Amino acid sequence: MAKRSNEPFLWLLFSAGGVVAALLIPIQLFLFALAFPLGWLHAPSYDQALALARSPLGRVYLLILCILPLFHWAHRFRYTLYDGLQIKHLNELVNTLCYGGATVGAIAAAYLIWRIP
Amino acid sequence: MFRYTEYPPKGYRVRVSTYWWTSRWAYVKFILRELSSIFVAWFVLETLLQIHALIGGPAAYGDFWAFLRKPVVIALNVISLFFVLLHAVTWFNLAPKAIVFRLRGKRLPSLAIAAPNYVAWVVASVVVAWLVLRG
Repeated sequence: MAKRSNEPFLWLLFSAGGVVAALLIPIQLFLFALAFPLGWLHAPSYDQALALARSPLGRVYLLILCILPLFHWAHRFRYTLYDGLQIKHLNELVNTLCYGGATVGAIAAAYLIWRIP
Repeated sequence: MFRYTEYPPKGYRVRVSTYWWTSRWAYVKFILRELSSIFVAWFVLETLLQIHALIGGPAAYGDFWAFLRKPVVIALNVISLFFVLLHAVTWFNLAPKAIVFRLRGKRLPSLAIAAPNYVAWVVASVVVAWLVLRG
């Protein structure tokens, strides 16, 4: 009996995370990590940022923006190590660190987003 | 009995160098594309730090911006932007490789299949920028 693989599920998360990362991360990173810190554009104030983040739509957006790309990272990084470094004997450890790391990150993200006042 | 393994069973195998991907530009591009995931994870971490600072109040939020203005962090984020753009472009360009459309017997050009992805990218970017910048 072949063991049922959970690969399709992980691949689905990888794929959904890839779409979110491709569509949203470039603009997010450009604005928040470059344009605002370097003063090219005027950053939203604390109150404006809080208003954006705490709205129901803002919270859902942040959840999607954080959680799906984390699983995208886990899957792709796992295979980068697999193909690049050929550390197949550490397969179990690598899988645990990648998917486990993404799960911990996802729980942390959900907790933080829930705590936004 | 044969058992499914994720890699070939033990036996004679030629050892491939860890740096096998340096031999061709196409392989280097593949590894660079795969490495983009590290910068995706870094972006998520940065966003979580920002949310944490937002919860901490205006003073903590100010400290977060001071952190983002550090030259080392700026440099890291310039590299990150390069990698996430590489991810986006390679991701969007995958669609024509997966989908083959034929119109009157002729294969639709790759560009026509990838174009909707780029349109979606522009729309998403404009909407995010508008929401954040409208003040």
